[in-house]
Amino acid sequence: MRRISVPLWLGLGILALLLLCAAAPQLLWPTDPLAFDFAALTAAPSWAHPFGTDQFGRDMLARTIAASSVDLQIALFSVVFPLMIGTLIGLAVGWYGGWLDAVFGRLVDLVVTFPFLVLVIAIVAVLGPGLVNMYIAVACVGWVAYARLIRGEVMVQRNSDYVAAARVLGYSTARIVFRHILPNALRPVLVYSVTDMALCILLGSSLGYLGLGAQPPTAEWGVLIADGKNFFTTAPWITLFPGVAIVLAGLGFSLAGDGLADLLEVKR
Amino acid sequence: MNRSTWLLLRLLQVIPTFLLIGVAVFVLARLLPGDIVSSMLGERASDAAINRMTHQLGLDRSIGAQMLSFLESVARGRLGDSLAFHVPVLKLIGDRLPVTLLLSGMATLIAVAVAVPMAFVAALTANRWPDLLIRSVFQVGLSSPVFYVGLVLLTVFAGWLRWFPVGGYGDTAGEHLYHLFLPALTLALSFAAVVMRSLRASILQVLTAEYVDFARAKGLRGRVVLFRHVLRNALIATVTLVGLQIGSLLGGAVITESVFAVPGVGRLMVDSIFARDYPVIQALTLVLAVLVSLALLVSDVVQMWLDPRVGR
Repeated sequence: MRRISVPLWLGLGILALLLLCAAAPQLLWPTDPLAFDFAALTAAPSWAHPFGTDQFGRDMLARTIAASSVDLQIALFSVVFPLMIGTLIGLAVGWYGGWLDAVFGRLVDLVVTFPFLVLVIAIVAVLGPGLVNMYIAVACVGWVAYARLIRGEVMVQRNSDYVAAARVLGYSTARIVFRHILPNALRPVLVYSVTDMALCILLGSSLGYLGLGAQPPTAEWGVLIADGKNFFTTAPWITLFPGVAIVLAGLGFSLAGDGLADLLEVKR
Repeated sequence: MNRSTWLLLRLLQVIPTFLLIGVAVFVLARLLPGDIVSSMLGERASDAAINRMTHQLGLDRSIGAQMLSFLESVARGRLGDSLAFHVPVLKLIGDRLPVTLLLSGMATLIAVAVAVPMAFVAALTANRWPDLLIRSVFQVGLSSPVFYVGLVLLTVFAGWLRWFPVGGYGDTAGEHLYHLFLPALTLALSFAAVVMRSLRASILQVLTAEYVDFARAKGLRGRVVLFRHVLRNALIATVTLVGLQIGSLLGGAVITESVFAVPGVGRLMVDSIFARDYPVIQALTLVLAVLVSLALLVSDVVQMWLDPRVGR
């Protein structure tokens, strides 16, 4: 086991801060994110409002902190569903191979030709804007990457001695696949999922910005930026700080993902 | 297998890919939950109107028949009329596609122009301060959403400094380039980060390859080795990567065009979603997927031309 590297510490630190923001927003900054302060409309950052206020006098620091729980939820749900679906399909394809694998190969070629964001947007267009539909759209497209990773791992594990031993012992296929192969195949997938969360935060906030993801008045970083974009020359702080939050979250997840990959010696 | 056979086979592969893209777009539009007709007409539409629209779109026929007629009309280049603009969808897309292609092309040029030298500096100073600095900057670039980078550039260079227009496209070729510069820069940032990162890795790999040791052992000067051997091989990797990244570049263009009000297909796509203009969304998904598969084809051919090992 290698030592935990500086970038990994940094990434985990950022993620810990985000979790704290999501779990206990009042603890960090007790101002109500929905309270209107009519004495301070679009006020520049000050001691009372470190991130300034928006056009309704709402405190941007409180709103940015409040949005972190939604964006963390986006990161989690946009990864968990594709991960589960992709893992099951990848296990089946990798274990049985044959025509199933051939069909899967064609499917991968096909998905690669669609721009990810365009495909997600097209699915959201059919289902209608909103967070739940965004999760469905991401799951429809995102499972392929996970299935591919799991398939590759299963193909390697399938021919290993411990699987042969399990077969000789007469274990059922389900037991071999889920109890023996899956734990060994899961490590690169879990590492990839951390990096994927960075991409999903960017995707989720982009859709929020376009009006296709989280819907106002839900506080989500992309939605906050869309709210403030008409004031970008006069009150840039409304858009600046939620954006910094997205960049930080993206950095946190990608540093943690890269760091874990190095630590666990997973090839990318 | 000689090279012309390889090329021919690669070209033929496009046919099943296009067919599959057509099937996928059809499935996407017809089989997902959600009633397209009522969402097109709104909730208060009369039953007669719904029936008429259902019939007009051919939705009252069997799925198989619908798919065949869809594929046939796609093959004939008939993608229907826009519900919002009342003009053929292909004309709408045809008018806007050059804008998106110019934007993506400019972004690719900027990204490669920035990423290639940076990747070299980073690889040659691996794990010393120039490398760490370059990697940190690009890591931040990679974590920044396109729309946010766009808004920041817009605020600083168009809003405050007034060096560039706030958006739009202009009328002459010169104006096009001027208007698209900030959007292209926006789109280039995350693209450059991806290219830099993987190019750095491939240069590091090439630097330890035996033929580079051999070239050095032959007594070739460092610079000759670097440009003839390392650069050539690293460029092959870049071409492949750029080809593979065209999809995410086009995805980024959708967002960039919305931020900068650039009249390209990306903005058309987002506008069409809010206008519930399904024929346009469907056609755009199709056209963009075809574009990506053509880009993959071009990158394969260029790779064959650069790398004598491909297709042998």
